[in-house]
Amino acid sequence: MRTVPTVTAQLELGAAAAAEPLFRGGWLIVARKELADHVQSIRFLVLVMLLALAGLAAVHSASGPIRAAADSASQTPSIFLYLFTLSPDRVPAFHEFLGILGPLLGIGFGFDAVNGERAQGTLARLVSQPIHRDEIINGKFVAGLTAIALALAAVMAIVGGYGALRLGVGPTWSDLARVVAFYLVAVAYIALWLALAILLSVLSTRAATAALTAIAVWLLFTLFGGLIAGIVADGVHKVDANASSEAVLANARLELNLRRIGPDQLYRDATGVLLNPSRQSTGILVNDTASGALPSDLPLADSLSLAWWQLMAIVGGAVALFAGAYVAFMRQEVRA
Amino acid sequence: MDAPVEAGSGPGPAIEARWLTKRYGETTAVDRLSIEVQRGEVFGLLGPNGAGKTTTILMLLGLTEPTSGLARVDGLDPTRSPLLVKSRVGYLPDEVGFYEDLTAVQNLRYTAELNRLSKAVAAERIERVLDDVGLTDAADTKVGAFSRGMRQRLGVADALVKQPSILILDEPTVNIDPEGVRELLLLIERLRTEQGVTVLLSSHLLHQVQQVCDRIGIFVRGQLRACGTIDALADEIGDRWTFAVGIDGPGSWEEVLARVPGVTAVTRHEGRWRVQADGDVRSAIHDAVVAAGGRFTHLSRDEADLDAIYHRYFVNEDGNGENGANGDSAA
Repeated sequence: MRTVPTVTAQLELGAAAAAEPLFRGGWLIVARKELADHVQSIRFLVLVMLLALAGLAAVHSASGPIRAAADSASQTPSIFLYLFTLSPDRVPAFHEFLGILGPLLGIGFGFDAVNGERAQGTLARLVSQPIHRDEIINGKFVAGLTAIALALAAVMAIVGGYGALRLGVGPTWSDLARVVAFYLVAVAYIALWLALAILLSVLSTRAATAALTAIAVWLLFTLFGGLIAGIVADGVHKVDANASSEAVLANARLELNLRRIGPDQLYRDATGVLLNPSRQSTGILVNDTASGALPSDLPLADSLSLAWWQLMAIVGGAVALFAGAYVAFMRQEVRA
Repeated sequence: MDAPVEAGSGPGPAIEARWLTKRYGETTAVDRLSIEVQRGEVFGLLGPNGAGKTTTILMLLGLTEPTSGLARVDGLDPTRSPLLVKSRVGYLPDEVGFYEDLTAVQNLRYTAELNRLSKAVAAERIERVLDDVGLTDAADTKVGAFSRGMRQRLGVADALVKQPSILILDEPTVNIDPEGVRELLLLIERLRTEQGVTVLLSSHLLHQVQQVCDRIGIFVRGQLRACGTIDALADEIGDRWTFAVGIDGPGSWEEVLARVPGVTAVTRHEGRWRVQADGDVRSAIHDAVVAAGGRFTHLSRDEADLDAIYHRYFVNEDGNGENGANGDSAA
């Protein structure tokens, strides 16, 4: 009963071979539409404003002390980079702000990517057009990533420009290279959150559930991650008033390694060395290790190799999460 | 310039299914379905909610893979050439939705882009399909402000943008008012006569679609119970000769009518007598009523009535619970 008339089969093969190339690049069409939606959305505006304000506050408070210090020690290299890392007056530095708020950007552009279409009833229409199914989720990821890259570029241009103005010093070429490297790491870090949000938008039928779950994960890592890691570390390596320095160090090392389970610590490790050429390790600096180090600046390539596995972990995490979203989406029934 | 559509071009029927089966775990949503829809035909797939109509449509569009069996749309296998099939088939999904923040035109433009239409062709088509469904005035209104009926019409326009040779409409008349239903059916008829479009529509509301369907298939619990023209189906269940009789004047008309030779049943229906018989007994009824001193206010033969078909195939099914667990989960 499954006999296929050969004539039909041949016709079909011929037609398919001739016509399928007409339908290339569907993901680009999806991405273009999604990006237009993102950029015109209030969501985009709010997130960029939030980041820009936080960034300006950070840079503003950092630039005062830098100016004071720069006057006395004009030898200090990479003054410009201090804009992003110095945190006086209890205002977090820009790269810390980005570590905390960046995930919101990723979550904001992804949490309703698939379930939003489903709830609106547009998914059925979309999948019945001549595009491959994976082009929908690929296009959405590319659009989200592009929106993030644009938003971040805009924020960093504003923040960097303002900082340079206040400082009266522009970045050197090597500063600029480091800022670009920092930018790329930040984009990858936010892309990881975007991939998580898209995964949740596939798995959960309701956008609100996906958003709340993503925010719960975000809070877990950025807020409670440190607390939990600290408690575990204290449990393993008791530290009291007369603890040995070895115990204190072991405690701190364990806490740091536990925190590295979370993407925010990986990001902090990587951006820490990238924005601070004089840092020679992503680990804990004790007098012992620091005393042997030469007080010189590392070239960018060396800073990169210091944070290599952190960078790989961030990119790998983003790829793994997106792969999860991809597979889940492909396996899902159109009406679920 | 209206390139990839060759309406009615390929060989064989527009839509063909042979032993098409879809199982979800234990449940069989579609069970060995075999149908053929000829080119230029309007075919109604009728059945109660959960009969497997939508699952069938999704298989025809290559959106879900059949467990077994064969499907051909425009001579193509939807599983192997899904893009080609989807470029030729306009699909109005059940509960169609649009991007609320975009206007009607912007929504349709996205569909046109996804079908790789050039800007000029898209603009011209969009204008025409919006005119077809009577939404020209709302072209630049955001869909968020649309009523349900307008959305449904926009859904039809959306399915038409690609200028399909086959149109698949899933529950197109649900949630729109009677006037909207009438307009939709007129549009379907116009598309068929003017453009030779093949239409497969699914519905659980038989009355609404009976007038446009050349043939219908009765689909219950994943199985095709009957298939043919409405007349043929009425024949099949022996409900071909039904008359509505209105009589003025006192008398026990039920008895009078029942005594007419050939009459099998007499019931009261909407203020008239409803007479079922095994042949055309109109003149015999006339004679009997006149002889008994009655005056006619009405005497007509009912068109083959989908009500009866409906009861026969749907309601009775629901009454006996033996297949109760089967196929309820598939809409």
